[in-house]
Amino acid sequence: MFAYVIRRFFYAIPILIGVNVLTFSLFFIVNPTDDIARMHLGQKHVTEEAIEKWKHERGYDKPLFYNESQSGLSSITETIFYKKSVRLFVFDFGYADDGRSIGKDILERMWPSLAIAIPVFLVGILVNISFALLLVFFRSTYIDVWGVIFTVVLMSISTLFYIIGGQYLIGKIMQLVPISGYDSGLSGFKFLVLPVLIGVVGGIGSSTRWYRTIFLEEIGKDYVRTARAKGLSELTVLFRHVLKNAMIPILTGVVVIIPLLFMGSLLLESFFGVPGLGSYTIDAIQSQDFAIVRSMVFLGSVLYIFGLLLTDISYTMVDPRVRLN
Amino acid sequence: MHRIIHGWWFFPISGLSILLLLLNVLPSVFAVKATYLWTDIFIFILLVMVVIFVAYIRSKEHLSRPWAKVFERKLPMASVVVLLVFIVIGLMDSIHFRMPLPSEHNETVHYSVDVSSVLDVLTSELHTRDEKTYSAPFAAYSFVKESVDLPGGGSERIYPRLKYAGSHLDDPDKQIADDITFRIIKSLWQTIASGVIFFAALIFIASIKLKKSFAEVVRGVLQNNTRLSWRTAILVMWLILFIIVFLVNTSTFYHIFGTDKVGQDVLYLSLKSIRTGLVIGSLTTMVMLPFAIMMGIAAGYFQGWIDDVIQYIYTTLNSIPGVLLIAAAILSIQVYISNHPELFATSIERADLRLLALCFILGITSWTGLCRLLRGEAFKIRELEYIQAAQAFGVSHFRIISRHILPNIMHIVLIVVVLDFSGLVLAEAVLSYVGVGVDPSTNSWGNMINGARLEMAREPLVWWSLVAAFSFMFVLVLAANLFSDAVRDAFDPRAQRDG
Repeated sequence: MFAYVIRRFFYAIPILIGVNVLTFSLFFIVNPTDDIARMHLGQKHVTEEAIEKWKHERGYDKPLFYNESQSGLSSITETIFYKKSVRLFVFDFGYADDGRSIGKDILERMWPSLAIAIPVFLVGILVNISFALLLVFFRSTYIDVWGVIFTVVLMSISTLFYIIGGQYLIGKIMQLVPISGYDSGLSGFKFLVLPVLIGVVGGIGSSTRWYRTIFLEEIGKDYVRTARAKGLSELTVLFRHVLKNAMIPILTGVVVIIPLLFMGSLLLESFFGVPGLGSYTIDAIQSQDFAIVRSMVFLGSVLYIFGLLLTDISYTMVDPRVRLN
Repeated sequence: MHRIIHGWWFFPISGLSILLLLLNVLPSVFAVKATYLWTDIFIFILLVMVVIFVAYIRSKEHLSRPWAKVFERKLPMASVVVLLVFIVIGLMDSIHFRMPLPSEHNETVHYSVDVSSVLDVLTSELHTRDEKTYSAPFAAYSFVKESVDLPGGGSERIYPRLKYAGSHLDDPDKQIADDITFRIIKSLWQTIASGVIFFAALIFIASIKLKKSFAEVVRGVLQNNTRLSWRTAILVMWLILFIIVFLVNTSTFYHIFGTDKVGQDVLYLSLKSIRTGLVIGSLTTMVMLPFAIMMGIAAGYFQGWIDDVIQYIYTTLNSIPGVLLIAAAILSIQVYISNHPELFATSIERADLRLLALCFILGITSWTGLCRLLRGEAFKIRELEYIQAAQAFGVSHFRIISRHILPNIMHIVLIVVVLDFSGLVLAEAVLSYVGVGVDPSTNSWGNMINGARLEMAREPLVWWSLVAAFSFMFVLVLAANLFSDAVRDAFDPRAQRDG
């Protein structure tokens, strides 16, 4: 087990290098840094000095890969590639355009993101699995047919509609909760209700259908017939047998998301004014702060790969047949 | 000659060549200058491919059987009719040209810098009659108060009459309800009359083709005894016909969905956005398909280091969160476009290139899923006995892949293409909100929502832009979802309907 984890860890390194090289070429090779500077400073009437100053402030005035003016090791370390990309591997994210430390910002903004993402995740799983089990229990009846059409309708509605509609209906007309805002601790509870509710509702359509297909696939298997032949009730079959065995396909889809919960939800956080990582990313994209976008790309990839590893480990816990080696 | 006409490819090829000829001749007939945008070219290539694909499928019994299963059912049939309406509007909006400017002498003709499309010409009543600012649906008065000079001197703040909407009425407050009712009744009557003629003609043609009596076919349709669900199709077409007739009857007298901040008709904006939605939904999958198919099959068939390399590529691309990869790529392209303004003649060309770039980037982020599926399937098929027999006979890899593997994975490709469509249409709105979607000058539902969102705080609420964009998007996505469900049921051997 331990050896497996170590091996997977080494397997992750080439992927992270690939991500790194890809983002590096997107940000520095496709466009010369001069062009980026010119766009930030406004297209017209930009002097050479202003561009140089802008590049110097952000450390973009170094050569890309090899610095001839330096000697020894620093001819490699005093380059954009080393400073901006290689340093990401030790989670040194550098500074944003407004001079704040990105690493510190991430640590601070992680908590509001989790405050929304974790409830959405847990409540979502509970609601979706129960709904899917309900549909499966009533399979081949009108409840199932209309339930599936209902999920298709839910799926066809834009997330933006859920958010805007929810804010308008519950926040503005009914005035049950504040429209947007955030507070830490218990007093922040009232701010979280609406985004969590909308996050859950927005996910019902596609997730329920996904769980339903998994359950239907399990229900056609031999062990289910055996269980029924023993005279077990349909409910016992569903909860004791089908649900347990469906855990393996469910885990593949679910565990991989867990680490990514840190990244927060772009839309929910931005609409509800939550100071999390999602709104951080969206603000960075909108103000074209490339340093933050680059850091978030790297962080996202690390978390995704971590999620894949978690998935593999979780298999061994639910399925005794799986051995990692 | 006889043999040629019976080849499955005869009709699509001849039809398309006539179309191409028309495309070349028509601009000179109407004295306009044809403009080919990049996405237009891709759309028409896609259209050609779909037409050939359909003709090929119709010629083979074993290929058309699952499709018949799709059209036997009511819901898919209805959604296909709706989808076709969207597609026709999108295609009309993809034929672009520049109108000639009026010239007094017989000099060389100059063409307007504004690029219009066939849809623009058909809806010219909608976009040439802009109001000053917001107005509600079916309103005759502006939404915003204005200072108006009174005839006797001095001024007053009132809601002024709109310049165009409801201008045919003397006293809108009293007449507007009657006027709209009258138009609804008129549209109903026209729909029924024209529908009866149209569908009678359609059934008449069908009865000749089927060699049955007219009454027999009518009875078959009414009792829904036809093989495909034609009754549903006709009912939905009738409904759509009513909507179109109603729009024609009212939209030149009112702004049915109101007007936006600069007084543009929201209905027109929503219609123009259809093309953007369709382009993103279809071109994205079209650009990713060749990569996904080639790499997926190569990885599954050849295995070894090729498999390793391809798996490495898609794991790497997959590990970057989608929105962030799109954002990073679009930001880079933005820098490129803003630093090379000399490359684009008109602003619509610049916006078009960004749309195309968005399709490519979305394609790059979304091909990994299909690639992985195909890899697994090719891996399975490769081990089957008939492939081993082919290998033993010394059949080349290329032939094995094209003759034995490709036809056996096409159902997966088809299912993924139709499933992805609706997700991509929805993604456009989100990406436009994030600021990495289509160009702000492009008409799209995402841009409409984004613009209207800022007015949410207004009192009373400006809701019509949002409602229009969301409903258009909802209808398209719902139709696509219902259709793709049916396609999956018909083609996926594992899908078990009714549990």
